[in-house]
Amino acid sequence: MKALLTGLLEWTDARFPATKLWNEHLARYYAPKNFNFWYFFGSLALVVLIIQLTTGIWLAMFYKPDAELAFGSVEYIMRDVEWGWLIRYMHSTGASAFFIVVYLHMFRALLYGSYKAPRELLWLIGVLIYLCLMAEAFFGYLLPWGQMSYWGAQVIISLFGALPFGVGEALALWIRGDYVVSDATLNRFFSLHVVGIPLVLLGLIAAHIIALHEVGSNNPDGVEIKKHKDANGIPMDGIPFHPYYTVKDLWGIGVFLVLFAIVVFYAPEFGGWFLESANFVPANSLQTPEHILPVWYFTPYYAILRAIPDKLTGVIAMFAAVLVFFVVPWLDRHPVKSVRYRSKLFRLLLIVFAVTFLVLGWLGVEAPTPGKSELGLRLGELYFAFFLMLWVYSKERTAAFSYGLFLALVVLLMIFDSIRYDESKQALMMWSALLPLGYFIVFLLLPVHTRLNESHAVPERVTS
Amino acid sequence: MSNGLDTARRRFLTGAATVVGGAGAACAAWPFASAWQPSERARAIGAPVEVDIAKLEPGARLTVQWRGKPVWVVRRGEGALATLPALDATVRDPASDEPQQPEYARNPHRSINPEFLVLVGLCTHLGCAPSYVKAGEGGLGADWKGGFFCPCHGSRFDYAGRVYQGVPAPLNLEVPPHRYLSDSRIRIGEDGETA
Repeated sequence: MKALLTGLLEWTDARFPATKLWNEHLARYYAPKNFNFWYFFGSLALVVLIIQLTTGIWLAMFYKPDAELAFGSVEYIMRDVEWGWLIRYMHSTGASAFFIVVYLHMFRALLYGSYKAPRELLWLIGVLIYLCLMAEAFFGYLLPWGQMSYWGAQVIISLFGALPFGVGEALALWIRGDYVVSDATLNRFFSLHVVGIPLVLLGLIAAHIIALHEVGSNNPDGVEIKKHKDANGIPMDGIPFHPYYTVKDLWGIGVFLVLFAIVVFYAPEFGGWFLESANFVPANSLQTPEHILPVWYFTPYYAILRAIPDKLTGVIAMFAAVLVFFVVPWLDRHPVKSVRYRSKLFRLLLIVFAVTFLVLGWLGVEAPTPGKSELGLRLGELYFAFFLMLWVYSKERTAAFSYGLFLALVVLLMIFDSIRYDESKQALMMWSALLPLGYFIVFLLLPVHTRLNESHAVPERVTS
Repeated sequence: MSNGLDTARRRFLTGAATVVGGAGAACAAWPFASAWQPSERARAIGAPVEVDIAKLEPGARLTVQWRGKPVWVVRRGEGALATLPALDATVRDPASDEPQQPEYARNPHRSINPEFLVLVGLCTHLGCAPSYVKAGEGGLGADWKGGFFCPCHGSRFDYAGRVYQGVPAPLNLEVPPHRYLSDSRIRIGEDGETA
């Protein structure tokens, strides 16, 4: 029997590189031995992808992409299809899980400098995957044809209408295929959601993995394991991905699936964060729900959009907030990769950025009171300031440079605030200006006067 | 020329093939991009609609659908019309300079007949449907003279659909083309001569 199987494998290998692929990507792909918690999320993203593809294929068997029938067919899946409720809740929870996992995966890259040479292209492909995921989620959200689906799509498509010279309106009309969001829009979004974007996504994910296995994985120490190889050319600090990391990842997948199941079975709406209550009302083109908001994974950008009291500027800022990720490898040129060996201020910078992103996400679901809009605007400023600081911290800066930049930024803030000046908000604007002001004092001026921005020596080999 | 390569000729042929192939690809893309335009059917459904306004009470609003969009007909009382001149300094575009209305509605009350206001009920910010909020209602403050308020991002409009300053919406609400068939019937979606 064993001889037969070996023979079959040999026969195959002569015709298809089965063993070669297995070795290159698993059994003889040497990954650094010091992966930690943050390294679970790449393989978890693959698991969520498989959940989404499987449940999605099954949902498409029962769903009707027709404005008259869509809402009813989702109710049909929930009530009449055997186990339909489970398949749908797995799909809706999977969407949020995908973004949780991907955001943590991206934050890992920021922590350990995984976007730096030679992994710039790996990062770029990753950002493209993130964009595709956003498109996929947006197209999918229209399909239940509830009130929030409908008006959410209306608002997002209208964003393109902000482009000047009549281009915007023509573009929005072209995307919708009608004068308002309608059956035509639903039908094409369905096609893109189930065929178009998934195909692109799969191609990009393959490219992401090929690029990763070409350059090799980074690690929490940010040192290149390929610099120290033994006599056989195997990195001394590397271990074969299979079985070592396949086993580690299986454990992570186990924990993840427990958490996933808890949400699917006990809190699929997750308090309105994963499924919004307004979406249990069928789409009505004559009435907007009281509070209209996107799902949580878009709210940080949404908060930036609506904090700016000018349509075109708001739209530009929102798109810039997403696209800025593309240039991160060329902003942060600091030779030290990992946060472990970078300065205390850099560590604080990352923490502040994470907090900014989370608070913006919360603001995006709140009703826009003047105070919250103002906070959203200031946090939007801090959001972009983070990327500026990545560039500033690329090397040691002189006192003249730091003070010069500080003054330039203060002047810029004052110009911006005078443009949007509003007498009724005067006190609010003055107090909230302390946020960016304090931020720049800490991150621009402290390095001049203290040693808080000094990096540490990077070890030659990975630490256990 | 027995074994020699004519590289200039090869480069020319490669270039020519690229140009012709590129033009072909662009032409092939055209039908796919055009398929996304509104279909003939969607355009046909965009035909004008008729509204009977005889039974509209002063202060009341009636909503009809035209091209799938909500269109409001509001019967404004004397009080509502009287709020307009005082707001000239508070709104972005008091004289309706932006082309958000047909020429016959480019006047202080932004309508053919001062009493009846016809508007597309979609906010010029991001397309939500604003609510009709009369003075003193809806918690918009004591200064609120009445008009329309968009719940999505807080844009405000007066009784002529003119946008207030300091809100995200950039333009006045749109007045659709419309004409009076008689004193009590309006046809929306079609221009007519000035009444």
